[in-house]
Amino acid sequence: MSGKAFIPRDSLGAALDRLSKKIEVWVPAMSEEGRWGVEFLPYRPGMRPVLDRQSTLSPKRVVFPQMETLLRFEYIKDPDDPAKVKFRLDDGQEVKPQFVFGARPCDVRGFFTFDRVFTEGPFVDGYYRNRRASTLFATLVCGEGDAACFCSSVGSGPADQAGSDLWVTPVDGGYVVEALSERGREYVALLGDAPSELQEAAARKVQEEAAQQQVGDPDLVKSAPSFRGRFEDLDYWRSMVSQCLGCGVCTYVCPTCYCFTITDEGKDLKGERLRSWDSCMFAQYTSEASGHNPRPTKLERYRNRVGHKFSYFPEKYDGMIACCGCGRCIRSCPVSIDIRKVVQELKEKANACA
Amino acid sequence: MHAHNPYLPELATIQEVIQETHNIRTLRVTLDDAEKMRDFTFRPGQVGQLSVFGVGESTFVINSPPTRKDYLQFSVMRVGEVTQRIHQLNAGDQIGVRAPLGNGFRYEDMKGKDILFIGGGIGMAPLRTLLLYMIDNRSDYGDITVIYGARSPKDLCYLYEFEEWRAGNINLVLTVDAEFPGWNERVGFVPTVLKEEAPSPKNRLALVCGPPIMIKFVLFGLKELDFEDHQILSTLEKRMKCGIGICGRCNMGSKYVCLDGPVFSYSELREMVPEM
Repeated sequence: MSGKAFIPRDSLGAALDRLSKKIEVWVPAMSEEGRWGVEFLPYRPGMRPVLDRQSTLSPKRVVFPQMETLLRFEYIKDPDDPAKVKFRLDDGQEVKPQFVFGARPCDVRGFFTFDRVFTEGPFVDGYYRNRRASTLFATLVCGEGDAACFCSSVGSGPADQAGSDLWVTPVDGGYVVEALSERGREYVALLGDAPSELQEAAARKVQEEAAQQQVGDPDLVKSAPSFRGRFEDLDYWRSMVSQCLGCGVCTYVCPTCYCFTITDEGKDLKGERLRSWDSCMFAQYTSEASGHNPRPTKLERYRNRVGHKFSYFPEKYDGMIACCGCGRCIRSCPVSIDIRKVVQELKEKANACA
Repeated sequence: MHAHNPYLPELATIQEVIQETHNIRTLRVTLDDAEKMRDFTFRPGQVGQLSVFGVGESTFVINSPPTRKDYLQFSVMRVGEVTQRIHQLNAGDQIGVRAPLGNGFRYEDMKGKDILFIGGGIGMAPLRTLLLYMIDNRSDYGDITVIYGARSPKDLCYLYEFEEWRAGNINLVLTVDAEFPGWNERVGFVPTVLKEEAPSPKNRLALVCGPPIMIKFVLFGLKELDFEDHQILSTLEKRMKCGIGICGRCNMGSKYVCLDGPVFSYSELREMVPEM
């Protein structure tokens, strides 16, 4: 096995057909009726992956489903006393190996935020860990991105291989696939024949050019001190957030937003405890039964979102910021709030104050 | 799943329910797995998540001390959906328990010190755990003063224990917000009574729990009495879901009340993002 393969553009469907017989494959594709634009969907023969632009929704749901069952419960009636109920609990989780074809470096990097929180704390979230461990990523070498992309500003870049198992480089006439991990290597031969020297050279050129790309200007990595310095500057936060609708789409499309809620759903004598995506942009997120809310307005909520990504997270996790620079929150925001600008101005004004 | 799924509650059975006030009930529960009940260890101030399957989970302090392990006790004020449902449960009913969670009090560091408990309303619940622990190890501590306030005498919990507390050489100062027929103890808000009592900060720790507004003014009061930040401990409350520092909502900056707390010293709190 050479660890490399070439997939001619018109044979991509055939290659994915072969792959999907072995493993569950997810590809970026137009969602049903184009409702969301492009999202990651389970591949079925005949489906056309959209690889020429970034997906509207990241592959977050492949590893962290929008809703998943944490446990099932069942009410067992006592035959001698129907008023008495016992419970039976079951936390079984079925995890299948899965293969994400056509993610981008930012998408894969998004899971690094999850990894720290879900698998490296004093408590390990087995639901996430199991699915994460059984998921492979075949990642596209990215280009210059669009006006909302800023992966280079957060310490990544369009040729960032971190977290990928295979590397997919678009060249004339097709894709050169290259194994980056041992488990990725197992799937290379299935995808196509070994590339020619010319194809390999073309791929190298694309990769080198991608590595040179600077996607996004401002360096947003070390923003924690300026955030804390301006935490109480309510005028600043008000000016940044006044137009916010509190719709939560920024957290919904974000590859690093991991916050969730837990709710019970019951029907008859059975039910499930579910974990669902939640959003810190919603008032109910922190609203207490007493009526007290520690983050009562969108100002506190948006400030927390920015703080979490650029100050609290790096404080807790060795300087790592919880943003992968994909730009989805900027692209999807109905009122065009730009997190780059918010963080950058935070720093500039902090400097001006000092 | 795997051996230690932190989301999976233990099943427990309610042994006894005590109606404390019109909206507070105390549950005494034992884990159904006798071995797990026997091996259950925790420190005062740690919390648990109680599950009513089909309704949800909420967080409550383990209200009985590790020195009294016939049962685990939780005092529950009826305020929301889950607590409403918990109040309908009776002895013999099953409930889910995920515990212990959170940091608890570092009672080892409190040995040899004078102690001042300041509790308001249901805020007495976590303080009671440590108070009973101290009564059970009474010679390890110096003076123990408890200032416990509620809106009215009808809103005070643990009335049936006050004799035991006093017999344990506890200086118990009870107060209610307004005059009430038959009430012979103090009248006035907790911060005011604190000022009147004026306990010396020398070699003393102050442990504070209650509604946010009470905590705020008690902190002013303690500073006036020259308590230093590190001598003041509080135990906080937030809306919680996972209880294990993952789901995100109970943060104050980078700290999670469920995991890094709920007990924080005032010096820690001053360093934290002020989102009480």
